[in-house]
Amino acid sequence: MAITDAEREDIHEETKKALRRHGRSRKHLVPVLQDVQRRLGYIPEEAMTQVAEHLGIPEMDVYGVVTFYNQFRLNPPGKHSVRVCLGTACHMKGGYITLDSWKRRLGIGPKETTPDREFDLDTVACVGCCTMAPVTIVDEEVHGSVTPTKVDGILLAYKLQNEKNGEMN
Amino acid sequence: MTSTVPADVASAYERIRRDALSRSEEAWDGKRPVIAVGTATCGRSAGALDTLDAFKDELAKQHTEANVLEVGCMGHCYAEPLVVISKPGYPPIAYGYVTPEIARRLVQDYILGDDFSPEFMLGALEDNELVPPITDQPRFSYERQIILQNVGHIDPHDVSQYIARGGYEALAKALQMEPEHVIDEVKAAGLRGRGGAGFPTGDKWATCQAARGRRKYVICNADEGDPGAFMDRAILESDPHSVIEGMAIAAHAVGARRGYIYVRAEYPLAVERVAQALKQARGLGLIGRHILGSDFSFDLDVFQGSGAFVCGEETALIASLEGRPGMPRHRPPFPAIDGLDHRPTAIDNVKTLAYVPRIITQGAGWFSGIGTEESTGTAVFALAGKVVNTGLTEVPMGTTLREVIFEVGGGIPKGKRFKAVQIGGPSGGCLPESALDLPVDFDSLREAGAMMGSGGMVVLDEDDCMVEMARYFLEFTQRESCGKCTMCRLGTKEMLEILDRITKGQGRIEDLDTLRQLAEDVKDGSLCGLGRTSPNPVLTTLKYFPDEYEAHIKEGRCPALMCQDLIAYYILPDKCERSCDACVGTCTVEAIYSNKKRIKVIDQSKCVKCNTCMEACPPQYNAIVKLSPPSEVPVTKDKK
Repeated sequence: MAITDAEREDIHEETKKALRRHGRSRKHLVPVLQDVQRRLGYIPEEAMTQVAEHLGIPEMDVYGVVTFYNQFRLNPPGKHSVRVCLGTACHMKGGYITLDSWKRRLGIGPKETTPDREFDLDTVACVGCCTMAPVTIVDEEVHGSVTPTKVDGILLAYKLQNEKNGEMN
Repeated sequence: MTSTVPADVASAYERIRRDALSRSEEAWDGKRPVIAVGTATCGRSAGALDTLDAFKDELAKQHTEANVLEVGCMGHCYAEPLVVISKPGYPPIAYGYVTPEIARRLVQDYILGDDFSPEFMLGALEDNELVPPITDQPRFSYERQIILQNVGHIDPHDVSQYIARGGYEALAKALQMEPEHVIDEVKAAGLRGRGGAGFPTGDKWATCQAARGRRKYVICNADEGDPGAFMDRAILESDPHSVIEGMAIAAHAVGARRGYIYVRAEYPLAVERVAQALKQARGLGLIGRHILGSDFSFDLDVFQGSGAFVCGEETALIASLEGRPGMPRHRPPFPAIDGLDHRPTAIDNVKTLAYVPRIITQGAGWFSGIGTEESTGTAVFALAGKVVNTGLTEVPMGTTLREVIFEVGGGIPKGKRFKAVQIGGPSGGCLPESALDLPVDFDSLREAGAMMGSGGMVVLDEDDCMVEMARYFLEFTQRESCGKCTMCRLGTKEMLEILDRITKGQGRIEDLDTLRQLAEDVKDGSLCGLGRTSPNPVLTTLKYFPDEYEAHIKEGRCPALMCQDLIAYYILPDKCERSCDACVGTCTVEAIYSNKKRIKVIDQSKCVKCNTCMEACPPQYNAIVKLSPPSEVPVTKDKK
């Protein structure tokens, strides 16, 4: 996804702020990256370069850590994040059907963002809410027993919310 | 070395305890009712925060006062949101499925009136003459709570409630003991690591204590990554101080001054609550410099993992703490000798550490008297899947699987038949009906091909396909393999391809031998637990459910009707009701149409097998069935 100059400036500033809050050794790499992602929602290439320079380690090592851990994202996030749980209980209760529904409705796969940057989709291994399987987490909210019709319902709620906000503006 | 003045420590603790008691009495003053709402992650996802707000709002509306508390998870996840109301003059009563509407009614009827609303009640938490106690339920005769005893009963935000229930007494006691004696006590208790492998904790500590080096570390492994397991999360969210206290005792025993709690990224609430608990403990001098006035100083931080399953392996976890990709390394040297920053490091699981304070206070003899000879104490399980009472349970080691699933768990819902229980997550295995009388302990489960693991227990019924189950776990371990060892990296990939093929109906009978061979190779050729145990789900299902594999391969049929490529949905024409359109309306991809006779028909080329129509079809018609193999669907010449 292309980024604008304004975004590039923002990335630089936010990464700088994140770096300032941590020590300057390799040991702080993961917390620094978590901080960057908290601020920007993902880890842009520019930020990786900046972090590598600051900590005095090869860019390759930063990239290696970012891609090793599932938590780090390489794409800018959508306005809303959709996380489909594929833990054991969710899988056996039809989590794969739920994921199919999200893919079909959003037109994207896991770790991708819709072109309008409205939603991003990903899977999680288990959020520990096994008793409400199959589970999907939209933003912070945990939805239980998510059937294909419930996927449609959740999407409709966000659409209506958007329209309402649109009217107000 | 520590040279504490015992009397000082004891009196310092006594001061803190008196303070905590008086503060905790403010909350439970015996005049106002106390409403405790379970707001751990499981409660929240069931809407506990709305329930909490409803209580507060209704109390304000009615101009009445009650003390509304947030507590952790009592383990009865099936009944969330769960609320315990203690009203003066009544025993504490637990209520289940408390929606905001029920919350409002409870305020009106019980807080203001005297109707304790038996219709919403699970039972009283104490024996009494008025209200039937919850302990009358059969599950309570099997359960024995040691590390779950505070969980759901105290406010995790308030250290004084933990102290009022005897918290940090063990730390004060341990500080008055020589480190060797603390280790001897843990050894005598027979405590084995609850992370899965079951290594004796006392031996690990003794090695770490004897290791050379002035700087040592203790680490709490809270990277609970097994899908289907949530015991550690519940403990950290509901009773964080028990883990902190256990760590401080461990640090005193091995001679560490610094520690880390490594928590999974997916557990934000646990991170928040532990961080807050640390702040409070520090404020009271229970961690930090000169703990309780002694010479012993110890402090710890929370480190958030970043979502890599392999980091549950101790050497990978250490690599991750050091800012590197979490790849395991060869052991020996064990972390107890050569760990974080190459210093001696004692790494223990959340539950292991939570047992430690109890062992120190109540003694090794008490602990080793619970459970079996080789596996002492209790086991904590997260029950999930096709079982009535999903949630957390703690039972003595040696309890049988049947008792856990059918007595504590309440059996299989919807009158379905039990098929298997998956224990130990991706490292464990699927055990069939015939294994149900196995006692739950480290060694019996391993002999059966499964593993205690960290305690996830997923119950499977007749609708669950064992081949798909094996494929699912292998897909998980394959994706999470760090790639260091060839057999784990490539062997699991090959196995996964075979299983993928079988679940698509393209398997060959010789695949089964290849799978067995590869499984052995992956076990032998991998360095860490992830690779060494990853074939277990495949091996156990091959051993106990060979018919299912053969049905997939020889007939292209999935007996459990689960594998998407091997099933088709079909509407039985003689059962379909002409005037009903339920399936047509709900079909998510518009694949259902009415033929000339107004019988509904599924366009198989459009159907995505999402099961929506099956749920929509009214039970009085029950016209939709799944057929396997898909060629069972009669060919129709209907036109729209």
